Amino acid sequence: MLAGLAVLAACGAPGGASTVHAKPSFEGRGPITYVAGKDATGSVQLVLDRWNKLHPKEKVTFVQLPTDPDAQRQQMIQNAQTKSDAYTVLSLDVVWTSEFAAHRWVDPLPQDRFPLRKMLKPIVETGKYRGGLYAVPASSDGGMLYYRTDLLKRAGIKRPPATWAEMKADCAKVRKLPEAKGMHCYAGQFQKYEGLTVNFAEAVNSAGGLVTDPAGAPRVDTPQARRGLDFLVDSFKDGTIPKDAITYQEEDGRRAFQAGKLIFERQWPYMYPLVAKEDGSSKVAGRFAVAPLPGLTGPGASSLGGHNVALSASAENKATALDFMEFLTSEKLQRFTLATAPAAPTFDELYKDPKLVKKYPYLPTLKRSILHAVPRPRVFRYGDVTAAIQREAYAAMTGSKNSAQALKDLQKTLRQQRAAQ
Amino acid sequence: MVMTQNSPARPRAAASFAPPRRRRRRATSGSARLAALLVSPTLLVLTVVVLYPTIVALKDSLFGTPGLDPKTGFVRDTDPFVGAENYTAIFGDAADRFWNAFWNTTFLTFTTVALETVIGVAMALIMHRAFQGRALVRASILVPWAIPTAVSGLLWRWIFNSDGIANTLTGQHVLWTTEGFHAQVAVIIADVWKTAPFIGLLVLAGLQVINKEVYEAARMDGASPLRQFWHITLPLVKPALMVAVLFRTLDALRMFDLPYILIGAQKTSVETLSMLAQDEAANVRFGPAAAYAVILFLYVFLIALAFVRLLGANVVGDDESGPKRGRWLPRRRTEVAA
Repeated sequence: MLAGLAVLAACGAPGGASTVHAKPSFEGRGPITYVAGKDATGSVQLVLDRWNKLHPKEKVTFVQLPTDPDAQRQQMIQNAQTKSDAYTVLSLDVVWTSEFAAHRWVDPLPQDRFPLRKMLKPIVETGKYRGGLYAVPASSDGGMLYYRTDLLKRAGIKRPPATWAEMKADCAKVRKLPEAKGMHCYAGQFQKYEGLTVNFAEAVNSAGGLVTDPAGAPRVDTPQARRGLDFLVDSFKDGTIPKDAITYQEEDGRRAFQAGKLIFERQWPYMYPLVAKEDGSSKVAGRFAVAPLPGLTGPGASSLGGHNVALSASAENKATALDFMEFLTSEKLQRFTLATAPAAPTFDELYKDPKLVKKYPYLPTLKRSILHAVPRPRVFRYGDVTAAIQREAYAAMTGSKNSAQALKDLQKTLRQQRAAQ
Repeated sequence: MVMTQNSPARPRAAASFAPPRRRRRRATSGSARLAALLVSPTLLVLTVVVLYPTIVALKDSLFGTPGLDPKTGFVRDTDPFVGAENYTAIFGDAADRFWNAFWNTTFLTFTTVALETVIGVAMALIMHRAFQGRALVRASILVPWAIPTAVSGLLWRWIFNSDGIANTLTGQHVLWTTEGFHAQVAVIIADVWKTAPFIGLLVLAGLQVINKEVYEAARMDGASPLRQFWHITLPLVKPALMVAVLFRTLDALRMFDLPYILIGAQKTSVETLSMLAQDEAANVRFGPAAAYAVILFLYVFLIALAFVRLLGANVVGDDESGPKRGRWLPRRRTEVAA
């Protein structure tokens, strides 16, 4: 951390503006706010109640933003632009870190205050910008392959597929079964929205390609990236992926899987308890399991999801805020929230806990998924990058462009965007 | 045919503009000052909520987006002044996206307003007939108008889902929310459903003030129902209809929430000018966003002006109040647009 700060200080010396950031002071105690998206399960308020009981003079109020991530981001940006102190601790989507850090809307944080070493490494990386820590992981998320255990068993398949070719072969076998009549092989999230960027990046990474290199330069015009995109394009063409899936977001895919229309599906962990429900809402309860995502020649690579907490630069009572962030990202607290709702924890320890694994059987698979995960492009104008990816991937998947041309155009656009910075 | 009292908008316009003008000629300086004093709170509010934001938007549209300082990795503090670059970009870098949004906006406006007018007039004629259960029919026709656009957007998204009711009923398998002409059709259907009752309501008000004796006279002369509609109902209801169509046109030009929610944010086929401006602002490029907003503002203003000058002159059919209404409508429009 000190080294990072020294570099920042040295770099910023001529401008003079960075002196504030070289010596972040976390002073002031008193009431603060925690800003996050809509809390569907009610667990956030439970957490805050716990804190407020222990710290009656430094109460945390929950500022609830809409469910839509874009709306959350916009409100946080507005708060930062007006330099308001209404928001203190922000719950940031992992892909927003660079943007918020580059605009200095959030403060750099002292790395030694947080048990980052005990967390899974790819998760910690999502909170960093140019080597400095700007957001601390509070929850993670990774894609997994959900599959129908009953059908695979009946078709004589012993283990879930590790490659795309295996998956297609397994589908061919399963589809010959009378009970699999009319079923489709595979789906993910292919509607033109952030989910498409996630699925496209996963396909490219799983074929050994890259969307952007670690320095942020685009690398999509490669044979590997093309093989990744071709998997999606060809799957749409040959019917491996149903035509409807071009309109699928998470919930559409979940409904299809739950209704027994899909043999395989790429999904987040949130779906697990919902599909496992025995109340009749799911037709496949007890007949499914999860595996790592398949790839071109071996297991694939997931994109990383999740939320990190950051400290608004214009906030007050930053000493309290830092304590609260420590509390919020602690192992103890993640254990507490896991008791009430499913989640993807950030601590290695929690993925090994036998009790938790019994309750959430997806945990070991999820850990493997996260360890092999590749973060989505970490650039400060992420909105433009994801829009360009969505446009070209969608054009290729709907057949209005061939995949080589789409990737060539994407590379060109991403390079122009980078040059314009 | 002299039926000047039939316009619902006319008495308001006449009441607010004609008398002060006549009085002003005779007014002493004292009463003029009193008048200015009385109007000043309104003017002050208008300045704060209309004039100030418009000027700020104009100013913002002359600035660019600050870049990244490669040394520090931070975004620069000041926005660079770029002059008219954000405007000239619609003929350069941003041309494809801008003109696509421009034509989408224009196309959606004209198709939806045309359909809404036909359906709205039909609705009004039905609501106007005296029959049993008329109150119920009137109320039910108005239900779509009462539903917030965002909610009706979600509702229609369900209907146009790949295995939704639209596909089940038609026996087709159209993926409505994907890119293409069908996405525009989905937006048009949902918009017409929601706003045809608005035209219906205003036209109904117009119908209710038409004197029944006119129809009696027409019947005596042996005019067929179609002829009666064409030569009596339509001309007499035209002032009300024109106001309704004008308001709908101006509203449709700003269309944002329906395509945004029903089809999605990044869909080229239904991206309107408002969506384009919103997207730029969401990506923290306030300069281009403000420029698009100003262009949309001018476009709306020009259409409103053309409407009033070309069609509005006939609406009133009275030389003295014509130009006054002309001034009244666009002025009113700026408040809504801003």
